[in-house]
Amino acid sequence: MALTKEKIINNIYDQVGLSKNQSRIVIERLLEIIKECLESGEDLLISGFGKFIVKEKSARRGRNPQTTEDLQLRARKVVVFKTSGVLRNKLNKTSKG
Amino acid sequence: MNKSQLIESLANAEDLPLKKAEDIVNTVFSDMEKAIVRGERVEIRGLGSFKVKNYEGYKGRNPKTGEIIEVSPKRLPFFKVGKELKERADVY
Repeated sequence: MALTKEKIINNIYDQVGLSKNQSRIVIERLLEIIKECLESGEDLLISGFGKFIVKEKSARRGRNPQTTEDLQLRARKVVVFKTSGVLRNKLNKTSKG
Repeated sequence: MNKSQLIESLANAEDLPLKKAEDIVNTVFSDMEKAIVRGERVEIRGLGSFKVKNYEGYKGRNPKTGEIIEVSPKRLPFFKVGKELKERADVY
């Protein structure tokens, strides 16, 4: 039921006219380019879909809820997704109707 | 990076005509979009997963005017970053 990489590869094979094997290679490459972009700290904007943003989180004090031990959480970089207004509207039209 | 840069980058890396790379990138994101709009999960190993979350309506406030407004219930995709990307993005 969920959309997986396998299904995307099949759709590329069906619709773009590449062999199954080429489709797989090209999708793996595309995902690698996306990951490299975000890894370098650069955001990725797909207009009409959304934006993958690399956010810097500063270090903070946390607590292990199990042991209640205080600990220092280091500064981190995380990837967040901001939905485009276009997709947001598409997603909320159906439920209003 | 934006979508056209992503297309160019894919075309160069795989030695594809630009038009073909464009079709591929558009197919990938329109597949994801269709799944999300249907309320289906998207699960791409290493990158992450999307699932649609339902948010209830609430009474909000316009921070500029102080006016109380009704925020209606909404659906939004929630992206959970995959293990590989999470680890790779977290470098200094």
